[in-house]
Amino acid sequence: MQEPAHGGARKLVHHVRAGDIEHGGLASAQIKRQLSGLGVAPQDARRAGIIAFEAEMNLVVYATNGGTITVAVSERFIDIEVEDAGPGIEDIDQALTPGFSTAPPWARELGFGAGMGLTNIKANADWFEIHSHIGSGTRILCRIERRRHDASGHRPTTRA
Amino acid sequence: MNLHEVSRLLDGSILTGSRREDIEIDRAYAVDLLSDVLALTDERTTLITGNISPQVVRVADILNVIAIIFVRGKRPNESAISYAETLGIPIVWTKKTMFETCGLMYANGVRPCKNRPMAAPES
Repeated sequence: MQEPAHGGARKLVHHVRAGDIEHGGLASAQIKRQLSGLGVAPQDARRAGIIAFEAEMNLVVYATNGGTITVAVSERFIDIEVEDAGPGIEDIDQALTPGFSTAPPWARELGFGAGMGLTNIKANADWFEIHSHIGSGTRILCRIERRRHDASGHRPTTRA
Repeated sequence: MNLHEVSRLLDGSILTGSRREDIEIDRAYAVDLLSDVLALTDERTTLITGNISPQVVRVADILNVIAIIFVRGKRPNESAISYAETLGIPIVWTKKTMFETCGLMYANGVRPCKNRPMAAPES
């Protein structure tokens, strides 16, 4: 889904269903393609895709009622907001520790639960924030500073 | 080595992407855990995996993986194969184990791609 946003930005909104392994990851692949279609550099679209994928699978595996991924693209930034309504993370520092996972056995059998989800999200964002409360849910905010291509379309550089 | 040569080396078959069998396979990463795949920093790598979950091709798409090799006879379902076909990502299928696949490819010049190492635990 694509909506106009304020300030000339484009806004992409994707709803993710809890437990829907069959479709898990499709929204993120679509986000990456939509970003490329909006002229985002391949490296930035890839980073946004990784953030979206990890967040999407977290919503599928952990969120009681799924959640929403909202991506806003402006001239300088890609802002990704992920929201769910619970259950919430008990210990955020622990959840951010590489290798720590509370993934259930069914998710581990599918190749998830390496404990790298939030680590990968953080590593691909230029700015990252997470807020979570038991009972009210989790909200993740990420910002990617867009690169720009040189005239040949190669060796993109980060904007000053 | 190109995709056709890799497939022959592994006694495998190309499930989709036979029209792209001349693409160069020079880097690879072997793993079943998808979050490990998502920590890859290199683009244009080949993914060697025994994970046939529906997410594998989606991750390959997001990361710009150039080809997927499914090992130890684990065959992805038809919808995953046709999705990869739509994206233009070739799939090779082999009965060899991941270890044999990696060994054969390394011996024939394929090298590891870079990934982001997991942070060392604090002592």
